[in-house]
Amino acid sequence: MPLREDLRTVLVVGSGPIVIGQAAEFDYSGTQACRALRGLGLRVVLVNSNPATIMTDPEVADATYLEPLTPGPVAAVLEAERPDALLPTLGGQTALNLAVALHENGTLERLGVELIGATVDAVRRAESRVEFTETCRAAGLDLPRGVEVGTVAEGQAAVADLGLPVVIRPSFTLGGWGGGIARTPAELERLLAEGLTASPVGRVLIEESVLGWKEFELEVMRDRADNAVVVCSIENVDPMGVHTGDSVTVAPQMTLSDREYQEMRDDALTVLRAVGVETGGANVQFAVDPRTGRRVVIEMNPRVSRSSALASKATGFPIAKVAAQLAVGFTLDEIRNEVTGKTAAAFEPTLDYVVVKVPRFNFEKFPGADPQLTTRMKSVGEVMAIGRTFPEALQKACRSLETGRDGLGNPGGDPAPGRPEAAPEALLAACARPTADRLEAVERALRLGRTVDEVAAASDIDPWFVDGIARIVEVGAELAAAASIDDLGRGLLWRAKRHGFSDPQLAAAVGATEGEVRTRRRALGVEPVYRSVDTCAGEFEASTPYHYSTYEEETEVPATGRRRVVVLGSGPNRIGQGVEFDTACVHAVQALREAGYETVMVNCNPETVSTDYDIADRLYVEPLTCEDVLEVCRAEAAGGDLVGVIVTMGGQTPLQLAQGLAAAGVPLLGTPPDAIDLAEDRGRFGTVLERCGLDAPPWGQAATVDQALAVADRVGYPVLVRPSYVLGGRSMEVCYDADGLRRSSALAAIGRGGSLGDRPVLVDRFLEDAVEVDVDALCDATGHVLVCGVMEHIEEAGIHSGDSACVLPPITLGADQVAAVEEATARLGRALGVVGILNVQFAFKGERLYVLEANPRASRSVPFVEKVTGLPVAKAAAWLMTGSTLAGLGLQAAEPAHVGVKEAVLPFARFPGADSLLGPEMRSTGEVLGLDARFGAAFAKSQEAAYGALPAKGVAFLSVRNADKRAIVLPAKRLADLGFTLVATTGTAGVLRRNGVEAEVVRKGHEGPDNVVDRIRAGEIDLVVNTPAGPGAREDGYDIRIAAVAADIPCITTLSGLTAVVQGIEARLAGDLGVRPLQAWHTEGSGEPQGGAPVGRDGSPR
Amino acid sequence: MSRDALLVLEDGAAFGGEAFTTRPATVAGEVVFNTAMGGYQEVLTDPSYAGQLVCMAAPEVGNYGTAAADAESDKVQVAAFLVRQAARRPSSWRAERSLAEELEAAGVPGVEGLDTRRLVRHLRQRGAMRGALSTEELDPGRLRELALAAPDPEGLAMVDRVTRAEPVELPAEGTERHRVVLYDFGAKANIARRLRRLGARVLVVPAATPAAEALAWRPDGVMLSNGPGDPATVGHGVRATRDLLGRVPVFGICLGHQLLGQAVGGRTVRLKFGHRGVNQPVVELATGRVAVTSHNHGFAVDGDSLPAGVRVTHANANDGVVEGLECLDVPAFSVQYHPEAAPGPHDAHPLFERFAGLMEARDD
Ligand SMILES: Nc1ncnc2c1ncn2[C@@H]1O[C@H](COP(=O)(O)OP(=O)(O)O)[C@@H](O)[C@H]1O
Ligand SMILES: Nc1ncnc2c1ncn2[C@@H]1O[C@H](COP(=O)(O)OP(=O)(O)O)[C@@H](O)[C@H]1O
Ligand SMILES: [Mg+2]
Ligand SMILES: [Mg+2]
Repeated sequence: MPLREDLRTVLVVGSGPIVIGQAAEFDYSGTQACRALRGLGLRVVLVNSNPATIMTDPEVADATYLEPLTPGPVAAVLEAERPDALLPTLGGQTALNLAVALHENGTLERLGVELIGATVDAVRRAESRVEFTETCRAAGLDLPRGVEVGTVAEGQAAVADLGLPVVIRPSFTLGGWGGGIARTPAELERLLAEGLTASPVGRVLIEESVLGWKEFELEVMRDRADNAVVVCSIENVDPMGVHTGDSVTVAPQMTLSDREYQEMRDDALTVLRAVGVETGGANVQFAVDPRTGRRVVIEMNPRVSRSSALASKATGFPIAKVAAQLAVGFTLDEIRNEVTGKTAAAFEPTLDYVVVKVPRFNFEKFPGADPQLTTRMKSVGEVMAIGRTFPEALQKACRSLETGRDGLGNPGGDPAPGRPEAAPEALLAACARPTADRLEAVERALRLGRTVDEVAAASDIDPWFVDGIARIVEVGAELAAAASIDDLGRGLLWRAKRHGFSDPQLAAAVGATEGEVRTRRRALGVEPVYRSVDTCAGEFEASTPYHYSTYEEETEVPATGRRRVVVLGSGPNRIGQGVEFDTACVHAVQALREAGYETVMVNCNPETVSTDYDIADRLYVEPLTCEDVLEVCRAEAAGGDLVGVIVTMGGQTPLQLAQGLAAAGVPLLGTPPDAIDLAEDRGRFGTVLERCGLDAPPWGQAATVDQALAVADRVGYPVLVRPSYVLGGRSMEVCYDADGLRRSSALAAIGRGGSLGDRPVLVDRFLEDAVEVDVDALCDATGHVLVCGVMEHIEEAGIHSGDSACVLPPITLGADQVAAVEEATARLGRALGVVGILNVQFAFKGERLYVLEANPRASRSVPFVEKVTGLPVAKAAAWLMTGSTLAGLGLQAAEPAHVGVKEAVLPFARFPGADSLLGPEMRSTGEVLGLDARFGAAFAKSQEAAYGALPAKGVAFLSVRNADKRAIVLPAKRLADLGFTLVATTGTAGVLRRNGVEAEVVRKGHEGPDNVVDRIRAGEIDLVVNTPAGPGAREDGYDIRIAAVAADIPCITTLSGLTAVVQGIEARLAGDLGVRPLQAWHTEGSGEPQGGAPVGRDGSPR
Repeated sequence: MSRDALLVLEDGAAFGGEAFTTRPATVAGEVVFNTAMGGYQEVLTDPSYAGQLVCMAAPEVGNYGTAAADAESDKVQVAAFLVRQAARRPSSWRAERSLAEELEAAGVPGVEGLDTRRLVRHLRQRGAMRGALSTEELDPGRLRELALAAPDPEGLAMVDRVTRAEPVELPAEGTERHRVVLYDFGAKANIARRLRRLGARVLVVPAATPAAEALAWRPDGVMLSNGPGDPATVGHGVRATRDLLGRVPVFGICLGHQLLGQAVGGRTVRLKFGHRGVNQPVVELATGRVAVTSHNHGFAVDGDSLPAGVRVTHANANDGVVEGLECLDVPAFSVQYHPEAAPGPHDAHPLFERFAGLMEARDD
């Protein structure tokens, strides 16, 4: 049964902004699916609000709508495009829930749009916890005992029967959203309340706890002829109770006998059939009691997922692509396995290597949040490593994380002998506590004398995994016994490398440098080989260009003799370095392929498009460390002419390797290493600015507290402190006085440890009430500079550029200001010697222009600029780096006739207790784009896409600091005119009343009962405006903001934000939020015919 | 300290490793690889591997130990076991022994640390070949001579070495519905288990049992088992099969399938390196349905050699090898793969029901 003949146009729904639990993996799967469908000749219409993705590149779909993923706008797209079918299984939970909503409100039926890939009934059976349980029980499967409830009281009654602890699991959510483990009645009450709110249908499942059991996932595919295959099995190292997204996981499963595994496979297929997943991929999760082998079904997701992306990368089987093909009529036997080119897709990949995934956390950004891992996912990214054994893969994964470790364990961090933390019970207790560092605790406990059995018993981690770590510890002990590098014989080196030890780990063990270890290793012939991921364990000839390193006897990378360029990826997603950088890397690869180079991608992030094996000519899944990249370069240089390496596309990760790679003789393309240093080193950068006649806020650097205080006195408070060499504003703080400065986290480090040595802190004068401007520009080797986009931030400087909404083109800057910014950018580009791409951040304080920083690399905003302007910024950068000139490329930047607003999406709701106040430390996980002809509408769309539609009526609460009191009057009046009821705290209400705006006074949190916090909790407030009260008291209003986040209502913390919101509300009330494809926005400026007139929500032209 | 080990193939390729069993050993025979990710105990005890040096493509082996219930025969059948890394301790509530203990008890050398992927690729590129492995003799030249001196798998008669000496009768599980004679050419235990679960009383008979003797027990059907060696050497099996056809329903598995092929006049051929693993896609030609199946064979039925009256029913989706056939005139069918799985997916279990169906049809 090949392609269904009745299908012409298919609408694919993306997953929207990157949030915890739903990340770049959906860009990977969505991109693959769109390509597959177009490859079949179908017209593909895409809706996705996330501009940072490859999926929303205009070439990927026939019509790309960057519109909010809410029922209204998607219905408008359906009206405009009239697709035959809607495919919701590739856009995560967002797309599934949206599809159900469009079904329930009758839109799909009214427009005659068929749901493909999953039926509404199947989605309900899978996503409603109780229907799922009943369906599985009826099919003869075992599940934990449980009941679904709709109120707290029902829940408490149910627990009388089940007994504590219980696990709370809301229906129709993902990433463990709103769930948790209740051990006490108080926890139960809180979690029930949270879970009922989190579930879109207000139902949660209360379940018998199977904490400590082994957890497994199977990735399954089924077609309409009922052929079904298990693509991959995944075993969690962390037992039940830690969300699989937060668990260290291993593929294939390691500890089940064939008998147990095949029974689990049977159960997985039974679940698929019972739920009715007719075509496509699904993932089924199981728990197994390690004492008896009892196996229970935990859940099933009838769609591609984070695990399916991991499974695809782990096996080489393109799940999303095949799922899309199955959804439009194909059966598994009709699809070829592209890896071998000869065998069928209706098979189960077999692995002759071990894949380890380790999650990446960002707890340091959310002080106050609980770092214990639970059933609610908290990680922001992940890394994948491949090795031939578990110890080797685990160590590679650990050093891929970029958390300052060179492998498993941190030898420097052991508790001193005799300290209570070094006591056996304490070591084991640390293994029992699920945290981001649990495997380090296991390593330490083993190293300090605990046995494998003790550690396994304490942690519920399977002894087999613990023994794998014990193997690492044993080799570590041999290394520790080596007195100097001369004691590293070939045998020991070989063994250490086969256990995944990195050169820096070896260097630390013997007191040598990494370079010395490398030299010795090579002299002794201890060098990695590269194996292939081939889906078949070597059984068939495969030409997959997908490799990993190991220490064995045969390398499989073919020599082609062609000119090749290596592009370094951006590693694990984390706050500050997300999918935007992957998108830039992919664009660079595409550009170089077009230019005829052989392209090589190195990255360790399984969620991304860049690690799809058919993006580059060759893919290496390897840690992004100097050692691992050098070895890849060596392998590449052996097979052809290595033109160079690109380090400026993947964010700070590859940029930090620039000096090391250059020192080892690897040619870097584009901006030379010294120019990179010139931009990164504040001292040298200051000189460049002087030469360009540009200003920076006064600043100084300090290695001690006293020096910092002295600098602050010199530049004047408020000041901004931060460690040097960071991205995403790590540990950046605004301090209003000496006390605050002393307490800042950047200085707290010095307080404990004395001096900071060669990594000093930076102290800048903080520019208050300044307008921040972000610029992305291209520079060529002849000194020409093209400014591609000037973006004005909506929040003032001091809110990290990644967390601030921003607009392109600028809306309040005058033409002379824009010209000044462009001129300054050009001067900087030339002075730094950038070849390729440059990002500069400026601030206007009054009329005066300051340079905040320059990044000689692709920035977070590049995809946004590309989507709004249509300019291929990252691709052009790659061409410039390989010798093209701007003149030769013929690129021109024209100010777009439409407006793009980027809004950041913040994860505060995931971290109860963390403050939602924005600051210079970036905390957003993702972004959305609102595109329209005018700012108000574009802003309203961006808000709807990020947080749900702005309220069109209701009660607005206002409480602003004194400095803002004067400026609040006009926007407040406007809100009242638009029909809002205003309530305000005493001071704000007073100012408003004196200016003729009515506002009811409401108490602050500490002022007694019926205060604003209570009202927010009671759902009586629809909009919160709270600007923090200046020096010393930025914490004021904390309770209000926490309550607003918990109640999921807009919480505006800056006046500039409020002005934008008012315009957005106006646009909404005026009813002019139409939908229009990106392709049409892009062609409009060039005078070509428009690819679709704007249409209103109801489908009528407007 | 573990002992060094060396494997040398007949073409001279050498692979170093370390023994994880203690007893010194030198063995020679055909070297084959299996791509299953688990199920090593079933592989070790599968009589079809008798005398072979078996390499697992999966790198981490022995993780869940071994348990008597998972054995496919009463002993370890392989001549040597080659892996990348052997588990040092079993981790499973079912485990009774570690992998090393299991091999040790059988006196079979286990070697780890080999570049097993290089070995697999070598065999895939050059074809199946013999090899010699030793933990005592580490001279490559000497081992190569041993490899060349090992018997040629083509023409190698192995069945008589692994078949049972005496018949044994096994009761049905639950109500008895059928009587099945199972020809033991090196039968995996799970074949009898599955038959018994279907309600069959099973008489397991030695390979050389003449058809008349089997029929004397009044079976409702005859099962021809899997087994080692070159199918062309199992003349008695072919003769018995020919005599049984038309008298009772016949179901052949693996070697049993090759015997049925020969009994109807077809030929068997040796494959370049065989199918050994648990992920082979097999297409049922009539319906297009695909089953993921367990395989262990180095020979196959040549489809072109089959006479009219015999239909090829299944084919390998990867390389087209004949995977199943059926007689159109008499109730007999066979498959090249292992519907009893163990190890491997259970997709082909329904074939046992098909066999039961033939037996029932005969009853009415
Ligand atoms: N009954 C239970 N006992 C203990 N842990 C559980 C139980 N049910 C689920 N969990 C844990 O909670 C995690 C999240 O649950 P799951 O239903 O998979 O949520 P999601 O749909 O968000 O993935 C699982 O990965 C598992 O570790
Ligand atoms: N001197 C300053 N005055 C006001 N705000 C500043 C100043 N320097 C930096 N910021 C704010 O801090 C944010 C982060 O600083 P930046 O240097 O861009 O760090 P990063 O390298 O993490 O992007 C900026 O986006 C800006 O809003
Ligand atoms: Mg889950
Ligand atoms: Mg910045």
